Amino acid sequence: MAIEFKPSPSLPPPVNSVGAVAWVRQNLLSSPLNIFLTLFSFYILYLLVPPVIEWGLVGATFTGASKADCTGDGACWAFIGVYFEQFMYGLYPSEETWRINLALILLVLLLGTYAVKTVNKLYLSLVILVVYPVIAYFLFAGGVFGLEVVETSLWGGLFLTTLLGVVGIVASFPLGVLLALGRQSKMPIAKSVCIVFIETIRAVPLITILFMASVMIPLFLPEGMNFNKLLRVLIGITLFSAAYMAEVIRGGLQAIPKGQYEAADAMGLTYWQSMILVILPQALKLVIPGIVNTFIGLFKDTTLVYIVGMFDLLGRIQAATHDANWLGMTIEGYAFAGFIYWAACFGMSRYSMRIERKLETGHKRN
Amino acid sequence: MTNTNMARAQLALGEEAIIEFNDVNKWYGDFHVLKNINFSIKKGERIVVCGPSGSGKSTMTRCINRLEEHQKGTILVDGVEMNDNLKNIEAIRKDVGMVFQHFNLFPHLTILENLTLAPIWVRKMPKKQAEEMAMHYLERVKIANQALKYPGQLSGGQQQRVAIARGLCMQPRIMLFDEPTSALDPEMIKEVLDVMVQLAEEGMTMVCVTHEMGFAKTVADRVVFMDAGEIVEANGPHEFFDNPQHDRTQNFLSQILNH
Ligand SMILES: Nc1ncnc2c1ncn2[C@@H]1O[C@H](COP(=O)(O)OP(=O)(O)OP(=O)(O)O)[C@@H](O)[C@H]1O
Ligand SMILES: [Mg+2]
Repeated sequence: MAIEFKPSPSLPPPVNSVGAVAWVRQNLLSSPLNIFLTLFSFYILYLLVPPVIEWGLVGATFTGASKADCTGDGACWAFIGVYFEQFMYGLYPSEETWRINLALILLVLLLGTYAVKTVNKLYLSLVILVVYPVIAYFLFAGGVFGLEVVETSLWGGLFLTTLLGVVGIVASFPLGVLLALGRQSKMPIAKSVCIVFIETIRAVPLITILFMASVMIPLFLPEGMNFNKLLRVLIGITLFSAAYMAEVIRGGLQAIPKGQYEAADAMGLTYWQSMILVILPQALKLVIPGIVNTFIGLFKDTTLVYIVGMFDLLGRIQAATHDANWLGMTIEGYAFAGFIYWAACFGMSRYSMRIERKLETGHKRN
Repeated sequence: MTNTNMARAQLALGEEAIIEFNDVNKWYGDFHVLKNINFSIKKGERIVVCGPSGSGKSTMTRCINRLEEHQKGTILVDGVEMNDNLKNIEAIRKDVGMVFQHFNLFPHLTILENLTLAPIWVRKMPKKQAEEMAMHYLERVKIANQALKYPGQLSGGQQQRVAIARGLCMQPRIMLFDEPTSALDPEMIKEVLDVMVQLAEEGMTMVCVTHEMGFAKTVADRVVFMDAGEIVEANGPHEFFDNPQHDRTQNFLSQILNH
């Protein structure tokens, strides 16, 4: 199809309602209450912003090798600099960290390929979801092609956080979809299994699940069948967020008008065809905010792995603040952690808004 | 039902029936919504179903492609009995197009994608061929220039014409219409009815629930009147409108024709 539909642009608004002055008048000074709130907000900003800038930028020390180099009265960012590698990679051997970087670059390149029009998106997705994880696993763990073996107990820092978050998100999403469909299904056994699973998982705190995964499961498994702790924790996190995901998606499924199901049925589509082609695309689009909410929650919840002795970004930072040579660096450490988490979560949120806009197909009539 | 009507509802022996209701009964809980429906429709026949609100018109029509299940009796479509057998149901649904009151287009797909979905996935037609066919039907409903818009960007009448084209894209042997014009503004009703009249003239088997009596008069082979879950009367349009047999039919007709 060569023709493409292009909506004609809307006309610009009348002249007197644009411009900075008009905006300020309309949004900040429209009523006495509004004027008061505006002034009050500026006062709060005045109280907060200058000291933060003073501490974090003006009076801060950015470079240095030890605490003694921090002579200013502001933040001591040298602390972050010294520990940076640990914060990023945990105890992963320095001379091997290029493997993590390589895997990251590979992922970015693959994701970037989506922008190329001629590439088959289905094959690309298969490569990213099936081939890439295998490559990444062997890069991280080693043991092939002469790569040195790196035990998973050494994995840590932002690397571990990202790994837990990404694997948790990618694995819990399809599982959540299946659970949501199962809960809505007419087959009594599938339905009960899904309900019991969802309700049980949701009734238990994540800490309990992580604890079970790392400590209890090995007790029940037969001798010698012990599998990797990181894997167990990953499964725990995935199951946990899948249960929440399922409920979010179920909300979307319920919001789809009955007529859509009927139209799909009447065409002779099978159950899976009508779900995949008709219902899920609409339902998932409706609940993007809820899905992203769950993703963000999961990403931050991964910090709980410190409970089972794994040192993710936050765990590494906390450990570093206990270093006798760097005592008193708690605020710098947490500020850094906060910034990284904020950037990641804010990124997810903006990205989801972009997807939502892209999927907008005109106002809903039926 | 009187004997003469019974004779008309049941086809004369030897005529080829494409849809057959035999003693069909349906309940919603305690509510008896279809009562002893006996009715045959032969190939190429155009049936208009009318009756007061809640009389079971939609329910009966939707039993034909098993959007509703009946509890007693048998329904044969193209010789295949509609029961729990999923294979049968899917096979019949390929051959039965349906147009709904509220269009039920898929809002996340373009008009063209709405039309090619079933041909590609159910009929396993190559995409290019499906698109050509879709454009052909869009031209027939005079809306080909909108092919790449989304349903939300069309008017109600345009959407309903797309829905008809979507039904036709399955190249069905039977088309079901459930009040296709009752959600539309008067000026849009005509554009949809025109398409339906054209379709009727081409010999499509049609079952159409509608209150458009003008449409019934011009295209129907038989008009079926339902009340309280029963087929009260089924007759050719002339006799149905000029000489209704049953009190309830007379009542209904006087109500909808005199305003
Ligand atoms: N899912 C359902 N559960 C219970 N009762 C129902 C259900 N669907 C329909 N009914 C009832 O069955 C009866 C027949 O409904 P139906 O939709 O077939 O009527 P209709 O003749 O098409 O009416 P209308 O002209 O208003 O569309 C109505 O009284 C309705 O209340
Ligand atoms: Mg109805």
